[in-house]
Amino acid sequence: MTAAVLFENVSRHFGAVKAVDAVNLEIAEGEFFAMLGPSGSGKTTCLRLMAGFEQPTGGHIEIFGETAEGVPPYRRSVNTVFQDYALFPHLSILDNVAYGLMVKGVGKDERRKAAEDALAMVKLPGYGQRRPGQLSGGQRQRVALARALVNKPKVLLLDEPLGALDLKLREQMQEELKSLQKSLGITFVFVTHDQGEALSMADRIAVFNDGKIQQLGSPEDIYKRPQTRFVADFVGSSNVLSSALCAKLGLSAKAASLRPEAIAIGASSVEQLSLTGRVTARSFLGAVNRVTVDCDGEKIIVAYPAALPVPDTSATVTLAFSRNDLHLMEEA
Amino acid sequence: MSALATQSTILPKRPGLAGRLSDFLWKHPQLLLLILLGPPVLWLGIIYLGSLFALLLQSFFSIDDFSGLINYEFTLATYRQLLSDANFDIIVRTVAMAAVVTLFSALIAFPIAYYAARYAKGKWKAVFYLGVMLPLWSSYLVKIYAWKLILAKEGILTWAFEKLHLLWLLEGWLSLPIIGGNSLSVSYTGTFIVFVYVWMPFMILPIQAALERVPGNLIEASSDLGGTPQQTFRHVLFPLALPGIVAGSIFTFSLTLGDYIIPQIVGSSRLFIGQAVYAQQGTAGNIPLAAAFTVVPIVIMGLYLWMAKRMGAFDAL
Repeated sequence: MTAAVLFENVSRHFGAVKAVDAVNLEIAEGEFFAMLGPSGSGKTTCLRLMAGFEQPTGGHIEIFGETAEGVPPYRRSVNTVFQDYALFPHLSILDNVAYGLMVKGVGKDERRKAAEDALAMVKLPGYGQRRPGQLSGGQRQRVALARALVNKPKVLLLDEPLGALDLKLREQMQEELKSLQKSLGITFVFVTHDQGEALSMADRIAVFNDGKIQQLGSPEDIYKRPQTRFVADFVGSSNVLSSALCAKLGLSAKAASLRPEAIAIGASSVEQLSLTGRVTARSFLGAVNRVTVDCDGEKIIVAYPAALPVPDTSATVTLAFSRNDLHLMEEA
Repeated sequence: MSALATQSTILPKRPGLAGRLSDFLWKHPQLLLLILLGPPVLWLGIIYLGSLFALLLQSFFSIDDFSGLINYEFTLATYRQLLSDANFDIIVRTVAMAAVVTLFSALIAFPIAYYAARYAKGKWKAVFYLGVMLPLWSSYLVKIYAWKLILAKEGILTWAFEKLHLLWLLEGWLSLPIIGGNSLSVSYTGTFIVFVYVWMPFMILPIQAALERVPGNLIEASSDLGGTPQQTFRHVLFPLALPGIVAGSIFTFSLTLGDYIIPQIVGSSRLFIGQAVYAQQGTAGNIPLAAAFTVVPIVIMGLYLWMAKRMGAFDAL
């Protein structure tokens, strides 16, 4: 099967800045693919390379088996949901949604009908006559989605699609996007700096840093088995234990990652590993308490269920965890 | 901690008149607005609009042909005179010139404004502003006389055409009826060139300001949705720049309608509205007809704005 999007050694350098540097990537058809990373990591540039707003300075891009470099955006069956939606302020919502069909020469009645259907699909029926300025952020987001999807793209690109929404709306849209993607079967590629969003929505995630992919895998892979300290830090806010602490546990590794919620405070049984340390800070986060423990000068964060009693600050505690939860890394 | 605790939360009043005034105006924002707006509103309302209405009122009086005195009785005779063949010709000539000047100014200004709004950064932006504004800093008369020399039969333009072996083109153009003439400096073409040159900054700056407000991602969005560059221009860029183009065209159109110096120095001896007003209220002493002539640009601009609004030119505002 041909890949929906294929990157072979793709680079996009801006002078000395290597925004994207020799990236290899293969996104399967129908996949919900996330590109995750901090700002300036190259994820958005990758998206723009797929859309055609940027051209690679090196390497080769294919979209459904066809060479994409040198092809302008308007000749790609790829549509984008922009970060700030980029709705046309001088057009009604209906004309915004019908824009792609209009420029392709679809008749007026037909494109109006298609646009109304698309608006109904994103749960905004009857909003056609309004202007973008009259809509809330969440509604504009849906219009942007309808405007892209009405063209029946082969790949839908989403640039931080939920970044500007408040928490409640974001969670709702996450579910809607996911189910929309399932029902339409279109390949979705989305860019985000929110690891929670990437983990909950994507089939596979590419973690970017410094223009390179640090790790590519399923959400579980990325979360439980980070290959580098960067991925461990960025994705799971995992604890990274130094080789010295590993040695103390009787293990030989350059570093190991340990998720905060895999640690228990208190006595350990025989099959468990344990460390002792002093509590330096704690904060209440709702479902859990976040407890910071100092073990031989290394900070370890524990996400401890709020129902259980929290140790006092500066108390000495034992941290217990299973060997299976400790993921050894080859590089520090 | 204790230092913070002993300090009062409410700070003491500022000393002096300035302090009291600040407090007072803060409590009465309406008054502040009145102080700020009063003088300019009075100026505009009485000095400017008042005298304008006084002038327009004159157009409803008539002049006694024998005594040359103004007959202060309401009459439409002056307007009848305005629409006589000779005077109506002046109106048509001026409006046609203003329309053509506006159209070509917009055509030339748009690419310059587009470059400045989209691509010029830092130093180049400064160069752009300087380049556009610099002609405004030198005397209007000097520029027009300079153009007269450039456009004259013995001028540099004729010389350049000759060196390029294109004299036949220039002569062919000048032999055309209406727009031609003995030389560029005594033809409507010459008047047109100078008008376009002199009013250009007034067209470039509003278009540039309008284009600057168009977010770049709208152009990307149009392209992303399948719009070719031409379609993006037609359906996104042009409608969003239209308020700026209309603003610029108000300048170029009304300035051309009212100008009486350029057509006097460069062009044929046929009159434009501005010259007619000048002649009527000066040498001829026919204030009512001069007033009637000044009503024409006002009515035309009113119609123009009304049409522009109806065509949706201000929808993007």
